[in-house]
Amino acid sequence: MQPSFDTNKPIFITIAQWLEDAILADIYTEESQVPSITEISIQYNINPATALKGVNMLVDSGFLYKKRGLGMFVAKGAYDKLLERRQQQFFEDYIKPLVIEAIRLKITAADLQAMIERGYDNDN
Amino acid sequence: MTIDIQNISKRFGQTQALDNISLKFGQKKIYGLLGNNGAGKSTLLNIITGRYLTDDGILTLDGEPLKDNDKALNQIYMLSEKDYYPETMKVKDAIRWASVFYPDFDEKLALKLTEKFGLPVKKKIPSLSTGYKSIFKIVIALSANTPFLLLDEPVLGLDAGHRDMFYKLLIERYSENPCTIVISTHLIAEVEGLVEHCMIIKDGRIIKDAPCEDLLNRGYSISGPAALIDDYIKGKDIISSSNLGGLKTACLNGAMPNPENLPVGLEAGKMNLQEYFIQLMKEGEVKGNE
Repeated sequence: MQPSFDTNKPIFITIAQWLEDAILADIYTEESQVPSITEISIQYNINPATALKGVNMLVDSGFLYKKRGLGMFVAKGAYDKLLERRQQQFFEDYIKPLVIEAIRLKITAADLQAMIERGYDNDN
Repeated sequence: MTIDIQNISKRFGQTQALDNISLKFGQKKIYGLLGNNGAGKSTLLNIITGRYLTDDGILTLDGEPLKDNDKALNQIYMLSEKDYYPETMKVKDAIRWASVFYPDFDEKLALKLTEKFGLPVKKKIPSLSTGYKSIFKIVIALSANTPFLLLDEPVLGLDAGHRDMFYKLLIERYSENPCTIVISTHLIAEVEGLVEHCMIIKDGRIIKDAPCEDLLNRGYSISGPAALIDDYIKGKDIISSSNLGGLKTACLNGAMPNPENLPVGLEAGKMNLQEYFIQLMKEGEVKGNE
């Protein structure tokens, strides 16, 4: 899993989302340690201040917490809280742009619905 | 610790290399000094380190004048494009000498880095290839341990692997022991994530001096059918625009509009540092033609 740096998002947001994704993918499980600011900065060639800003977003939301002298750890309950938040954002993040593109391509709501069902079928 | 530059100008014959420049470097940040070839980046850095004299202006480190002030100048290490080593000097001798000039120079680290980069220590410096000359300079700079590190085109002639290695080592060094770093480069995309504060220099003048993030929030690009774009950008602060068939893209100053408030068919996007830089350089050309 890699953070995807694109122009429309500041780098610290990309880092925060990448950490969230990694928690949701069980790469960093609850009560386990996440990489240090230095490790993240070196891995992605970014300024440590930027990496810190991204990590602090998760600290502020209560997904990560700091153990003095040890580093950052995933908080208890972080997975469920993240899942809930991402589900709430799903409409804004995915459905809205999907519908805009569908309208541009003259795809009707019924066609779109059929495609979504096909997508679910393929995944099972 | 702060380097304070006030109203510095420098003329070489007919060329005004620097024109009334005022800047501050401090707060243990990583600065990007960005500009095209010949913009005045090297001249500025050479003036800070006393290699060139200024025509006028004031240069201080924490209030103390920098000129002829060895104590203050020893706080600054500069990696420069030119090298000033004697022709017969070997890499390992240069490393030994560096610890004489810079009391906090980390000789052990320097030798470790030579191994890491595969730099032959017994070779004479002038006989190194362009890439290895750059690596040699990088090794010395990363080991200098001065509060200020000025890097003038540090990755010149380096292959992609070695450039990546350099950026990682620089971050490691900065994380362990924060200092003020100024990187002058024209490889903007590579330092975009690294640099916290940008100074953009053009024709000897500083045209932007701001945190990178602020800078990128100040402009955006918008594209769509030419007629719609022309309508949209009317009266707005345009940096540049280009046409591709009926598709037009314009770069504007200002905050990016919410996509929902845009006319259907138009797409707005942020610019990355390199795009923004290129547009800024064009801006002058357009005005120059008018």
